[in-house]
Amino acid sequence: MLNLLGEFIGELRAAGIPVSMSEHVDAARAVEVIDLANRSMVRATLAATLVKDGDHLPVFHAAFEVFFALRSIESVEDLLNEASNAERESSEGASGASGPGQGRGQGGGSGLSANELAEHLFRALLNGDAEALRFGASEAVSRYAGMEPGRPVGGTYYLYRTLRNLELDELAQRLLESGRHDHGGELAERLAREEVTARIEQLKAEIEREIRERLVEDRGSRALAKSVRKPLPEDLDVMHANRDEMAQLERALRPLSRKLAVRLARKRRRRRRGPVDLRHTVRRSLSTGGVPIDLRFKPPRPAKPEIFVIADVSGSVASFARFTLHLVHAISSQFSKVRSFVFVDGLDEVTALFEGAEDPADAVARINAEADVIAFDGHSDYGRALVSFHDRFAKDLTKRSTVLILGDARNNYHQAHAEVLADLHYRAKAVYWLNPEPTSYWNSGDSIVNQYAPYCERVIECRTLRQLEAFVGELA
Amino acid sequence: MSALDPREELAQRLGLARVPPPRFESPAEVQKLLAENDYLSDESIASVTYLADRLAKPVLIEGPAGTGKTALARAVADSVGARLIRLQCYEGLDESKALYEWNYRKQLLRIQAGRPEGAGTEEWHHLEEDIFAEEFMLTRPLLEAISATDPVVLLIDEVDRVELETEALMLEILSEYQVSIPELGTIRAKQIPMVFLTSNNTRELSEALKRRCLYLYVGYPSIERERDIILSRVPGISSALAEQIAAVVRSLRTIDLKKARTLVVLGREEIGDEDAAATLHILLKYQSDIERATKELFGRSRPVA
Repeated sequence: MLNLLGEFIGELRAAGIPVSMSEHVDAARAVEVIDLANRSMVRATLAATLVKDGDHLPVFHAAFEVFFALRSIESVEDLLNEASNAERESSEGASGASGPGQGRGQGGGSGLSANELAEHLFRALLNGDAEALRFGASEAVSRYAGMEPGRPVGGTYYLYRTLRNLELDELAQRLLESGRHDHGGELAERLAREEVTARIEQLKAEIEREIRERLVEDRGSRALAKSVRKPLPEDLDVMHANRDEMAQLERALRPLSRKLAVRLARKRRRRRRGPVDLRHTVRRSLSTGGVPIDLRFKPPRPAKPEIFVIADVSGSVASFARFTLHLVHAISSQFSKVRSFVFVDGLDEVTALFEGAEDPADAVARINAEADVIAFDGHSDYGRALVSFHDRFAKDLTKRSTVLILGDARNNYHQAHAEVLADLHYRAKAVYWLNPEPTSYWNSGDSIVNQYAPYCERVIECRTLRQLEAFVGELA
Repeated sequence: MSALDPREELAQRLGLARVPPPRFESPAEVQKLLAENDYLSDESIASVTYLADRLAKPVLIEGPAGTGKTALARAVADSVGARLIRLQCYEGLDESKALYEWNYRKQLLRIQAGRPEGAGTEEWHHLEEDIFAEEFMLTRPLLEAISATDPVVLLIDEVDRVELETEALMLEILSEYQVSIPELGTIRAKQIPMVFLTSNNTRELSEALKRRCLYLYVGYPSIERERDIILSRVPGISSALAEQIAAVVRSLRTIDLKKARTLVVLGREEIGDEDAAATLHILLKYQSDIERATKELFGRSRPVA
C-alpha cells in the first residue's frame, strides 16, 4: 500500500497539486486506521489528507480513478492477505473476451444482442438501478469500444465509439416519454428533462469508468495517469482551451477575481500609515495631561491607478481578452477608473457596458454583440487600432494612467505604426503588453511583438489564469 | 508499520494519564450518530469526521454558504455529548479576543488591596508572581477549549476572515494542542478536543494552516440527500413533495445565480408552476436572480408576488 501511495502522490505532484511530506505521512497513517476494502472510504481519506483546495478535487479524482481502479484495490487486498471478494469476476471475464467489434452486431462476449442491450440500459436508467447500469456499461464497452491491448489510443476514442453506437439521444427521448405525465406545466417538464439528463450522464460516467479500468489493466496505472492527466484550471492554456476546459476556466475565474479583490483591499488598508493626525493626537494627549505620548496617524490614501485596457477581440485571442476584461473589471474598485476598448481592425470603447452591469461576465458577453470593432476585413490590425485609439483618446491619458494592451501582436502583415505607441508611452505612466502566446512563438510569422516592445514597460507572457492573476495583482 | 497510534502519541506528548478512547467505532457509526442529531451526512463527511477523531487532527471544512459546515460541528458536539466552544472569526480579531487576556482591572485591585506601608522588593516579587496567575486571566475560546476538562468540540468559524498574522496564532493549538503564555509557560490540553474550522474561501488560507488540518469539501448535496434533509427538517412533509423541492432546487443551481439556498415550507401536496413562482423569493436573495430563474424555469418572465 505504501508503494502505491507513494506513486499516487508522485502523480498528484506531477499534476500540480502541492503535497507536502507531512501530508504524505498523514495519509499513510490514515490508511492504517481505515477499512481498505471500502473504496469510497479510501477515496475520502486520501482526499482529506492530501488535497487542501476544493479546486484541486477534480484532478485528484481523475488520478484516483486510475490508481485505485476497482481491480487494483483488489490486488491491495490480496497483498494484505484479506479475503478478496469475487464480485468483479464476471466483468473480468467479459473484458477478456472483448473482440474487435467493428460496429454493431459484431463481437461482444456475452449473449446480449444489440436490442437486448439497449433494452437493458433503458430499464436500468428508468429504475435508477446502479448495479444493472454497471453491468450494462460493461457490456456496452465489450460490444462497441473495440479495445485492443497495447493500442496507443486515448480513452476518449473508445468512449466516443461506445457512445456513438448506443444512440443516447434516442434513449433519452424514450426515457422522457415514459416518464411523462399529462399534467404539470413547463416546470414539471424541465425537471423531468433534467432528471433524464442526469441519468444519462450517470451512464456515461459508468462507461468512462469501465474503459479506464480496462486501460489500466492493459497499460498500468502510471503510464495511463500520465496520458489522462488534466492540468489544474489555473494552469490551463487559455488560448487552446477546449469547450470543457473553457467552462472550467469560467468557473475558476469568479472565485479568483473575488479573492484577488479581497487581497488587494486588505493590502491597501494595511499599507504604511499616513501622516500624523494632529487633531486626533491632541485629543488623545488630554488623558496624559497634554503630553502627546500616543501619536495618531491619518489613514493612508495611496493613489489608485487609472487603467486603460485595449484588447484584441479577434477570433484567435478573444477568450483571453474576455478573461482579462472580466478580471480587471471585477477588481475595478481597486482602480480610480477603468476604461476598456476592444478592436479587431476598428476600435470601440466598451466601458459603458461594464458600468451598467452588475456582473462583469454579462458585460463581457455583450461585447461580441454590441461593440463595433470591424472596419474592413475582420482581420486584426494593431497599427490601425492604435492610430484610432491615439486620435480619439490619447488626450485622456495622464501620468496616472496605465495602458494595458492585450493581444498576440499578429498583425496580418499590416503596418505596425509603432510610433503611435511611442507617443502613448510618452503620455502615460506605463504601458504593458500582455501576450497570450508562449514566448517561443513571439516574432514568428506575422507576430511583431519586437516592434512594439521598446515602447512598453514590459511585454508579459500571459497564457494561464495564474499568470494573469499574478500580473493584475501586481498592477493594483 | 509499528508506528504508534496517533492518539497514543499525542496523549504521551500532552502528558495525559490515559489515552482517551476514540469517540467513534467506524464511519458508519458517525453517520448513525449524526443522523440521530438531525444531521444527514454523506460518506465523505462521515469518513473525515471519523478520521479526525482517530488521527486527532483538526478538520478544515470548505464549501458554498449554507451547506451545513457549521451545523456539522454542532451535530458532532451533540452526538458525542460534548460542549461546543465557538470562536467566530472576523477581520481584526486578535490574540486578546481569541486566546487570552490579562484582567488588568483585577490585577490593579489586587495591587492596591495588598499594598502594605513601606513594602520591600521581596514583597513586590511576591506580588508580581501573584498577579500573573491563572486567576487573573480571562480565557478566550481557544484557551478555554484547551484548558477544559469536560469533553469539548472547538469550532473556529469562518477562519478566512482573519488576517494571515492572526491565523498563525492558531497553528500551535492546531498541531500541538497547547498554548504558550509568556508569563505562565505552556498550557497543554487536558484531553484531546475535536477541532473544526470552517471557511467560505474568500481568501487563500496559508499552507501552514492547511497542512495541519484534514480537508473536507462540503458541496451541494446530491438530490437524494437533499430530499432526505428536507424530510427530516420539515415535519409532516410528504416524500413526493420533498423530492420535487429537491428537484427544483437542483434545477435552480444549474442556472447561474448569485445565491441559491435550500429549504422551503409549503402547505401543498405538489408543486405547480404558480406555487413555485410564488416561493422563489424564499430561495433566492437577489431580485435579478429571481427574474432570471423565472424566465429559465417557466419560459417567460412574470412578476413575482
